Amino acid sequence: MVSPTTTAAIDRVKASIESEGVLSIRGIRKEFPGVLALDDVRLRIMPGTVHALMGENGAGKSTLMKIIAGVYQPDAGEIRLRGQVVALKSPLDALDQGISMIHQELALMNWMTVAENIWIRREPKNRFGLIDHAEMTRMTADLFARLNIALDPRAQVSELTVAQKQMVEIAKAVSHNSDVLIMDEPTSALTEREVDHLFAIIRDLRERGIGIVYITHKMNELFEIADEFTVFRDGKYVGTHNAKDVTRDDIIRMMVGREITNMFPKVDCPIGDTILEVRNLTLPGVFHDVSFSLRRGEILGLAGLVGSKRSNVAEALFGVTPAESGQILIDGAPVTIATPAQAMAQGMAFLTEDRKETGCFLTLDCLENIQSALITRSHVKHGFVRQAEVTRLAEDMARTLRVKTPNLQETVENLSGGNQQKLLIARWLLTKPRILILDEPTRGIDVGAKSEIHRLITELAAQGVAVLMISSELPEVLGMSDRIMVMHEGHVSGFLDRADATQVKIMSLAAK
Amino acid sequence: MSSQDISARATPRPQRRLPTEVNILLVLIGIALVFEILGWIFQGQSFLLSWNRLKIMILQVSVIGIIAVGVTQVIISGGIDLSSGSVVGAVAMVAMSFAQVSTYARAVYPALTDLPMIVPLLIGLGCGAIVGLINGWLIAYTKIPPFIATLGTMVTVRGFAKWYTKGQPVSFPTEGFAWIGSGMMPVVIFILVAAIFHVAMKYTRYGKFTYAIGANAQAARVSGIDVERHLVKVYVIAAMLAALAGMVVAARGQTAQAGMGLAYELDAIAMAVIGGVSLNGGRGSILGTAIGMVIFGVIISGFTFLRLDAYYQEMIKGAIVVAAVVADVHRQRKRRKA
Repeated sequence: MVSPTTTAAIDRVKASIESEGVLSIRGIRKEFPGVLALDDVRLRIMPGTVHALMGENGAGKSTLMKIIAGVYQPDAGEIRLRGQVVALKSPLDALDQGISMIHQELALMNWMTVAENIWIRREPKNRFGLIDHAEMTRMTADLFARLNIALDPRAQVSELTVAQKQMVEIAKAVSHNSDVLIMDEPTSALTEREVDHLFAIIRDLRERGIGIVYITHKMNELFEIADEFTVFRDGKYVGTHNAKDVTRDDIIRMMVGREITNMFPKVDCPIGDTILEVRNLTLPGVFHDVSFSLRRGEILGLAGLVGSKRSNVAEALFGVTPAESGQILIDGAPVTIATPAQAMAQGMAFLTEDRKETGCFLTLDCLENIQSALITRSHVKHGFVRQAEVTRLAEDMARTLRVKTPNLQETVENLSGGNQQKLLIARWLLTKPRILILDEPTRGIDVGAKSEIHRLITELAAQGVAVLMISSELPEVLGMSDRIMVMHEGHVSGFLDRADATQVKIMSLAAK
Repeated sequence: MSSQDISARATPRPQRRLPTEVNILLVLIGIALVFEILGWIFQGQSFLLSWNRLKIMILQVSVIGIIAVGVTQVIISGGIDLSSGSVVGAVAMVAMSFAQVSTYARAVYPALTDLPMIVPLLIGLGCGAIVGLINGWLIAYTKIPPFIATLGTMVTVRGFAKWYTKGQPVSFPTEGFAWIGSGMMPVVIFILVAAIFHVAMKYTRYGKFTYAIGANAQAARVSGIDVERHLVKVYVIAAMLAALAGMVVAARGQTAQAGMGLAYELDAIAMAVIGGVSLNGGRGSILGTAIGMVIFGVIISGFTFLRLDAYYQEMIKGAIVVAAVVADVHRQRKRRKA
């Protein structure tokens, strides 16, 4: 017998789920030092639906997912789960409250069995208080039978394919009886057949009334699997629609609809002859048949979404992770570039994407950071650095780039992001490059420094330097480039000329 | 031309942080003064105003100081070297076996006695270089952690030292060889080594690359530095300095035993860490390590002076090293917040 008050309570919950969904969030705000990642964002997930999240790189999808999964705490806003306001203090807390997340980088313990991974910290015990492996295997087999997964519960996770690991993650989420399941680009490493199986499982979960949040960059997947979708742009909510009601172009417009400001002082300058030619550059499993050419004084923009492997191409060109096949020609002659030193000998310079990881020597001073590339090739006599000479060059360059620091003896970790970036640019300009590869040259720096760097890039091009500029910011790509190359999942999906490039055209090539 | 040009154009000059070395020097002075006061209280005499005590103190730490110089550049490169103590033992044995006098009937190589001092010296350095090559190769090319690689060579090299004469000590060196350990020679050698590497770390490409690799190996690679080759050099130099220390110890005692240099690597690492060398790499200096060495010496000789039991001394030594590392971690965290 259920008491009338309980029935009433259940009815209330039911009613609120009908109006607010199983998960509803409102007014979420999240700020990281220097960046407002999410600003007044909302989202409502109905039970038994697949809800896709769309947006460019940096739109805030991943941050929002991490908030829902309890990884980050929002600075403001409300999260309601089954109508109740909840605080999700940690991923474990979120899991206990019914939210499971399947991470892009799978979070399984490789050296344990499938069953152990699924039931970790909930293992069935026998009467001696020890883990009952037979029971655990049986429970896993039951779970797999329900989900139509053909896997041995006793297999070691390290021996599974990525797709199989994903199945294990999904089974684990289901075993928690989660109401909300978050999938962050689940198909990025799957073959077509594996994708079909995954979609079958997702449809089955939807039948069971689970609300699924599905992050993807792939348009066709969106139309195949999603019921609803929400678009974010620059950390803001743009809109929620039914997948049936819109076209691909509508979505792209929602994703990019942004004014291009006049921040990019691109000056047309004479473009010379081809200096760099790349033919069928391939690194199996990463990028394939990348071919393009670059001319003196030209700025070639390289656009693409996360997973398009743009940075990997840049790393291959510079010899950080060389390609396995294909040709690189400089001034028409084929060259071998297996190390950064060889790339530098050809007059190349490479500003890497991640300032902190692969750029700065944070514990060292500005001078050491500026001179590190120069002294690998010159200005050294009998092992001794010609410091007076190098210091003068470094100071001149720091002044030209308007690096703001009390002096070059200041430790780099005390500098702002924009100044660190300028130091790294100074490092490469000292080597007098003919080919400059810039990977996200203005990521995470303030507007003022940004336009200074843009001006500088244009000036370099005017001096005849060939520039390959990778950027996730479409306005930057459009504003700065003479030509735009777009990549999609390791392949070049097209080229656009400055004259007829638009955000929508780039996005349609990038999001195929 | 000085950097003042830039400072003149910049926004308000932030307060300059004192170099780490100055802070460490202040710590040294503080510790010395504490022992001085304790000396007057418990022993009724001055700790510092005894030339003899200071001489013994500096002699005691100089040999390990030579190793500490090598270890310092290893730690700055982002690694660690645990094999130096074993290298001391092994090289002491090998070098001594080529430095014996002919009048001694039971020489290891009866046909190779009375050789000029340079022969055992070069052989010793060569042996050190071989161990360094193995360390460097393992770390740079097989990518195993430096801790594990040098832990392995530490055990293996110690085993070699014992095997070399089946555990027998090797004694009776030539006068020439004994000279490198006589009188104040260990201190002279330490000062020479420290001066050379102070210059090398500050003014040569070798030093700049070492700091760069320790600060950010990936960024160093992208800057065009051959990180692997450089790391091999760093470990070879460290092992050669340990070899030099081994020969100094053997020459001083006029005998070599397989157990020599036991746990020297830890004392050397302690000197570097006390001297402000960051175990995360990329930060520290030879000057700092030299001051760290003196701090180490003051503490040991201070405890002896206060007649503190040797057992306590060891326990406290361990605690000091941990405290120095905690201080380093704390420093890093504060910097990151700043």
